Amino acid sequence: MFAVTALTLLVVMALALARAFLGPTLYDRILAVNNFGTKTVLLIAVMDFLAGRPDFLDIAIVYALINFISIIGVLRFFEYAQQKTVEHGE
Amino acid sequence: MIELLLDILSWVLLLSGSFFCLTGGIGLMRFPEFFSRIHAASLTDTLGASLILMGLMLQAGITITLAKLIMILILSLIAGTTASHAMAKAALKSGMCPLDQVDRSQQPEIKAYKDKS
Repeated sequence: MFAVTALTLLVVMALALARAFLGPTLYDRILAVNNFGTKTVLLIAVMDFLAGRPDFLDIAIVYALINFISIIGVLRFFEYAQQKTVEHGE
Repeated sequence: MIELLLDILSWVLLLSGSFFCLTGGIGLMRFPEFFSRIHAASLTDTLGASLILMGLMLQAGITITLAKLIMILILSLIAGTTASHAMAKAALKSGMCPLDQVDRSQQPEIKAYKDKS
């Protein structure tokens, strides 16, 4: 049953990766990468039970934190960069 | 008897969580523009992650694993919703608007976005 969940999560991650490659705008790519990261956290948590290794959950916690902070950081960066280009363009 | 019941309940939770995650992935791939995509991804992300983690919690028993899973659940609930909100707000600030309102406004950035997607 864990294997079914892990396979489904892998399929969803492939779909998110395809959207990250295809995505027409920047925000589509950021959304896809965020979705990929949260699914990675879930996949690590499921792999913990699948492989019977209890130390994977710590990695999942760290990955969730890094994912959130990196998304917020990338959003801040592009918001600021676009405002700067608008100011310079005028 | 009670263990079998817990197993069945956790299988149901894991499978329904996988179903919602898959729905979100398909929605992320198939929807026409950013705001419908963020709707599909973030809503199913919250529900699917909660269901899968609850299914894992039922398998864990009362151990340190349960505490870590609860920590991941709280973290993903807070972080996922905040990240989605920040993304939608940044997209709105950058001049995108939802597809059903594109025709009403004639701003050049929105036109460019419509042409791109």
